[in-house]
Amino acid sequence: MASGRTRAARLALCGSLLLLGALQVAHGEDRARPLVLWHSYRGAEEAALLQTLATLAAREPSLTVEVIAVPNEALASKLTTAIPRGHGPDLFLFAHERIGGWARAGLLASLDAQVDAAALADYLPETIPPLRFEGRLYGLPLAVKSAALFYNRALVPTPPATTDELFALVAPLRARGVVPLVYESANFYFHAAWHLGFGAELLAPDGSFHFESPASVAALGFVADLQARGVVPEEVSGALVASLFNDGKAALAISGPWFTGELARGLDFGVAPLPLVSATGRAASPLLTDEAVLIPGTVRDLAAAVRVARWLTGPEAAITRAVVGRQVVAARAAWDDPRVAGDPVLAGFRAQLATATPMDNRPEMRTVWEPAQLALKKVLRGAASPAEGARAGARRHASIVRPDPPPVSPTLYIAALAVALLAGAGFVAWRVVAALRERGAWREARRGWGWIGPAMAATAILILFPFVVGLTLAFFSHREGNWSFVGLGNFADILSARGYGLLEPLSFYYALLVTLLWTVLNLALHVGIGLALALLLARPVLALRPVYRVLLVIPWAVPNYITALLWKTMFHKQQGAINGLLGALGFGEVGWFSSFPAAFFANLCTNAWLGFPFMMVVALGALQSIPKDLYEAADVDGATAWAKFRHITLPLLRPAMIPAVLLGLVWTFNQFNVVYLVSGGEPDNGTDILISEAYRWAFARQEQYGYAAAYAALIFVLLLGWSIFSARLARRVEEAS
Amino acid sequence: MRRVAKPTIAARSAALWSATWPHLVLGVASAAVLYPLLWILKMALSPSQAFDPTPNPIPTAFTLDNFATVIGTDAPGGGWLFGRQLANSLIVSGATACIGLALATTAAYAFSRFRFPGRQSALTAFMVTQIFPGVVMTIPLYILLDAIGLLDSLAGLVLVYSTTSIPFATWMLKGYFDTIPKELEEAALMDGASRFGLFWRVVLPLSRPALAVTGLFSFMTAWNEFILAATFLGHPRSYTLPVVLQRYVGEYGTDWGYFAAGAILTSSVVMALFFVLQKHLVGGLTAGGVKG
Repeated sequence: MASGRTRAARLALCGSLLLLGALQVAHGEDRARPLVLWHSYRGAEEAALLQTLATLAAREPSLTVEVIAVPNEALASKLTTAIPRGHGPDLFLFAHERIGGWARAGLLASLDAQVDAAALADYLPETIPPLRFEGRLYGLPLAVKSAALFYNRALVPTPPATTDELFALVAPLRARGVVPLVYESANFYFHAAWHLGFGAELLAPDGSFHFESPASVAALGFVADLQARGVVPEEVSGALVASLFNDGKAALAISGPWFTGELARGLDFGVAPLPLVSATGRAASPLLTDEAVLIPGTVRDLAAAVRVARWLTGPEAAITRAVVGRQVVAARAAWDDPRVAGDPVLAGFRAQLATATPMDNRPEMRTVWEPAQLALKKVLRGAASPAEGARAGARRHASIVRPDPPPVSPTLYIAALAVALLAGAGFVAWRVVAALRERGAWREARRGWGWIGPAMAATAILILFPFVVGLTLAFFSHREGNWSFVGLGNFADILSARGYGLLEPLSFYYALLVTLLWTVLNLALHVGIGLALALLLARPVLALRPVYRVLLVIPWAVPNYITALLWKTMFHKQQGAINGLLGALGFGEVGWFSSFPAAFFANLCTNAWLGFPFMMVVALGALQSIPKDLYEAADVDGATAWAKFRHITLPLLRPAMIPAVLLGLVWTFNQFNVVYLVSGGEPDNGTDILISEAYRWAFARQEQYGYAAAYAALIFVLLLGWSIFSARLARRVEEAS
Repeated sequence: MRRVAKPTIAARSAALWSATWPHLVLGVASAAVLYPLLWILKMALSPSQAFDPTPNPIPTAFTLDNFATVIGTDAPGGGWLFGRQLANSLIVSGATACIGLALATTAAYAFSRFRFPGRQSALTAFMVTQIFPGVVMTIPLYILLDAIGLLDSLAGLVLVYSTTSIPFATWMLKGYFDTIPKELEEAALMDGASRFGLFWRVVLPLSRPALAVTGLFSFMTAWNEFILAATFLGHPRSYTLPVVLQRYVGEYGTDWGYFAAGAILTSSVVMALFFVLQKHLVGGLTAGGVKG
């Protein structure tokens, strides 16, 4: 790839970079620099990693490694951004499933010349094939992660060996008020075990996914049955799995090695392989993730990096990682150590390894998740039969992998751009000349621009440039590191809603309607609540005023990542506080994320809660500038409270509130966090707004940046139109006052 | 006279009602605000790292271990890492607010008071910068900072944050300046005061509430941002607090105890700042000066 992306970026950036080149600071090459390793391990796994590297540094001072811990959510995007520009690490730890895409994009160094077959024999044989892509080896295995069956020995002395035995447990356990099994049933990661157990393929050799194969449909029917017959509860989240299993309210749980860290101390549990699917006689086969040491293609000293990788994956380090970090390590020799082999949890997961299926590392795999999940959720919430759910999944998949728009020759576009630039420059020059011809205009312009100049310049460089690049990307198509120029193709696809109906989720027009509804309702709530509270707080006599004032701004101060997730929990069907409250008032349970109005309402509540303090603070500040004597005069005239609000407060508040409302509108229009974290687009992407659609195209769905950029450009055009309109509006207010 | 001395029951209950209903409304609003927040406190004080899915937000356990772990993190090479990261956040957010405000106030004043060619276009241009979705901005910004040698530096982050906060701050301040009557300045101008002197000595002191709101907002935008920070900053020593918080979110699960404790620590700085700025927020305009 060195790639498509850089090349396209260069194409777009050339001119600006020349300008900036003068400022460029050369990065000195430091030969004695230690090797740099990026990882996102935390807790015990991180401690074990640091411990093994400290041992290595003590033994071989020439192999010192600087360890950089990166947030998990940022690691992948940081790698794909930094490596092509020469700022990547020398090694990094990552799950094997991205190997295909990254190898194809040229981000990874192949290790075939460095690691021979004899060396590979040091690892458990199941752990090597996932690290190969198109015949070449790209990493060394650290540890494996897969789901397995956790069982509470007090409730289920021996775990069920088949699904028939599982169903047989229902009556006796339910009689004791215990849920037989908890796992995140709506998550395809876990569902894949049944999918494979029913004999369906993960990904066909040609990279396609057969949603509607009989086995795949049978697996969907099976989980619907699990739920209908009371084996698993509805809407199970990861937090619920831990809480039910810990409290002894669930006898079995399906989860991975990380789950042991969440279990209560003193809980008597065991880990066993998942049961056989009685209908097929095959074992339910959980997905296997191979955590590996990978080396970027840009590494300076490949041999040294490989030596560190060999040490980290070697038996001695593996024993530390198994004992301290509780990892199911891939080094064969480590399992001879009694501390590793004798650990019942590790042994349980090692036993599961035999029937687990490695996640497919081809890039096509990444297109399967969203549609597979869509099918699963549709079936689980009773909105579709297994066959219908599968069909909906297949349809979604087809829209995601729809062919690119045909590449076009850029010549015409470059010519059009040149003409447009010339015309634009001419127009601006004409406007400038026309404006300056008036008497005294020159002096006024010089003064005005002198005052706004510094702010303008700073903004122009740092915002204009990324903006132009972003706009340029909209004319390219991108899939897995390959760029091609498609002109207006992305726009044509989006605006013609190619691949889906005009008014169904994923269509631009549908998302636009949702976004408009979302923006209008949110703004009304923000301004309404904010203004009402500000007016109350501004009352001349009010006890506890400072307390209220501070309490009411807290939603604004707490990172919205955490509060959005809290709100999501509050809307949980069985455990959530909202349904608890409704239940106390005599209402029935509401499935907040299974219908559009309910899910939209949940998003709206969360965002209203997050957003009103800003409007409140703005209004509170502006209320102070209203001279008190205006009210006194009104009192003398015997005006009512409403008349005073209508004729004094509102008009005088307006100049300060209008910018806040305009900005609030833009922010709400692009408010991504709440939609993404609370409803997550449920049901079936129905509550996604334009920006969350753009995000999905950019970071899931084959990373179609070009398509996402076209979305962003359309959002921009819409808001630009609006802001020109609103600027007129603001000017009218200005002139009226 | 008699009536004043002996108010009717209706009048008395009306007075009582008018004294209590604001408290009812504010009380309900505060409860709605606090309910989810108590949960964060509960998770922060809980000895487990699990997310608490029960509807009860009252803490059932009390341990400060999570806070101790979050605060007590040391850098692998020694040194108090959390302290350093806190300092990074303060420096970045403080500098962002100062630079953003410094550049925005003059621009906002010009937009509010002067009429000059290009004014409307410039004002629209500022609004336009708020419009472009950030989704596709990260990579171009990375390239830009890389080119000027400010990748992996707090200065680079300040540059990005303050330039993104300038348009917002300009618009907000312009709105506030518009509410300050012009007659006052016109009188002073007649007396021969310079524009800048007027701006500095009359307008700025009068706009303390506006400066406080806008500064607070710029500060908070920088304080809570983590996507750009996580992409640009290359070492835990240079991380800002949101990146540190994000580290507690893993691929397979989140350390909710640490995350909640970290979130409380992070937001307590903003709360403290708001508390300090409160008197400016409300005490900016008093008697005299501004009466139109």
